[in-house]
Amino acid sequence: MNDRFRDAALLIEARNITVTRDGKEILSNAETRVRAGEIVTLIGPNGAGKTTVVRVILGLMQADAGSVEKRPGLVIGYMPQKLHIDPTLPLSVGRFLALGSPANSEQTQAVLDEVGAGSIMKTPLQAVSGGEFQRVLLARALLRNPDLLVLDEPSQGIDVTGQSELYRLIGRIRDRRSCGVLMVSHDLHLVMAETDEVVCLNHHVCCAGHPEAVTNDPSYIQLFGKQVASTLAVYHHHHDHAHDGDGNVVPLDDGEEEVGGHDHHG
Amino acid sequence: MIIMDDFLIRALIAGSGVALVAGPLGSFVVWRRMAFFGGTLSHSALLGVALGFYLGLNLNVAIFAVCAIVAVVLVMLEKKTRLANDTLLGILAHASLAIGLIAFAVIESRRVDLMAYLFGDILATTTMDITVIYVGGFAVLVVMGFLWRPLLSATVHEELAFVEGVPVVAVNLAFMLLLAVVVALAMKIVGILLVTSLIIIPAATVRPLSATPERMAVLAGVMGCLAVAGGLWGSVALDAPSGPSIVVAAFALFVVSAALPKLKL
Repeated sequence: MNDRFRDAALLIEARNITVTRDGKEILSNAETRVRAGEIVTLIGPNGAGKTTVVRVILGLMQADAGSVEKRPGLVIGYMPQKLHIDPTLPLSVGRFLALGSPANSEQTQAVLDEVGAGSIMKTPLQAVSGGEFQRVLLARALLRNPDLLVLDEPSQGIDVTGQSELYRLIGRIRDRRSCGVLMVSHDLHLVMAETDEVVCLNHHVCCAGHPEAVTNDPSYIQLFGKQVASTLAVYHHHHDHAHDGDGNVVPLDDGEEEVGGHDHHG
Repeated sequence: MIIMDDFLIRALIAGSGVALVAGPLGSFVVWRRMAFFGGTLSHSALLGVALGFYLGLNLNVAIFAVCAIVAVVLVMLEKKTRLANDTLLGILAHASLAIGLIAFAVIESRRVDLMAYLFGDILATTTMDITVIYVGGFAVLVVMGFLWRPLLSATVHEELAFVEGVPVVAVNLAFMLLLAVVVALAMKIVGILLVTSLIIIPAATVRPLSATPERMAVLAGVMGCLAVAGGLWGSVALDAPSGPSIVVAAFALFVVSAALPKLKL
């Protein structure tokens, strides 16, 4: 159907995604692609449009412009950002997992073991801890035997130790299943070791590439500020725009010549 | 000792039939936090009654039609306005009730007993009513059986369900239409103003006794039958109006369940 998908490794490609809501541009010409066996992480500040990219890719939201192309027959396992289970709904972990795919209890148990939550099959969902809950969500996505895992802030509500553990688990799952992973995260430090490609997003793609390259990119430093700059060895150079407090792109007013900045092409 | 007159037996059969259907539906209403939605549907039912009289239609059909229209209008408005859901529900509930009351006043010459529709008239249940309740109720339960898994999935998380291939919009619409059927069936039992109570109180009552969604749905049906029986008994013993008595009985069972220490059955 499409030449790019003859390269069997390419799972999904989103191009020139533009989303405008209430006159405000949430995304402008954003793009990303995921290949089999590759972990792609979307990072960026709150409100940068990371989740919007994911929602467009999943078909939960219509982009105003741009295209999302999936490899034919692509199975996606999705782990949503927030999942509130109403306390009135009596649902065990096992029943919750069975809602997503017609798996038998052995398969369910095997996947729960895989994510390191093997002992909570019969626990009510409302009684599992934050870390366990994220693992359960991951298990539900995995039960579909996905070609592509889409994880929206998978480490939410987990302490830092648990977070890096979870990212290592995601890395192992990728190794074992050779699936692609598209992940949204706040924090590049924790995901860096497990990430093949980082897309740094702030309404548009500021920079993309290997994590180490991205952390050295001036627009990344600009975006994440001194806190990151002080914890990473960085070099500084000028670039062609800055971001204001709302994350909008504003021109630099000092008119200095650009040395190694980045431009945005649609 | 109360003598079980025919009309009491008919009332018990009709009320139990509605309760058995209202239990599973009511469980979903509670899980999905749609109690106010149920209230809005039932308020609009009066307009259905008035239209049914005016056009000479079967009342159950007229109520269902009006409830279904209100449900669809609500879904469309939700997408188009910035008003919060409960504000929209409040607007539609009271607007449709007011329109229904005016419509009733217009056709007053036909000597229609408004109170019977507002608060139910279970003691006047006919064999025909029973037939309608059991045929309609059975149909609702069959559709619920088919809908169960996708509906439960959409109830837990709509977007996750969508990504996993559940036709969420269709499933939600189907559920609202089923609810409209139950409102139409239950109106005879407890009346328009109290229909929601028969749907949500039994479900809320059995939550502490339920470890699975299915158990909660079935127990809610059973609990609803107990409320109907208790209410009818109280109604006869105390010469109280039957619709409100059933609701009070349901409420009493709820209070007992809430007061008891958490039981694991």
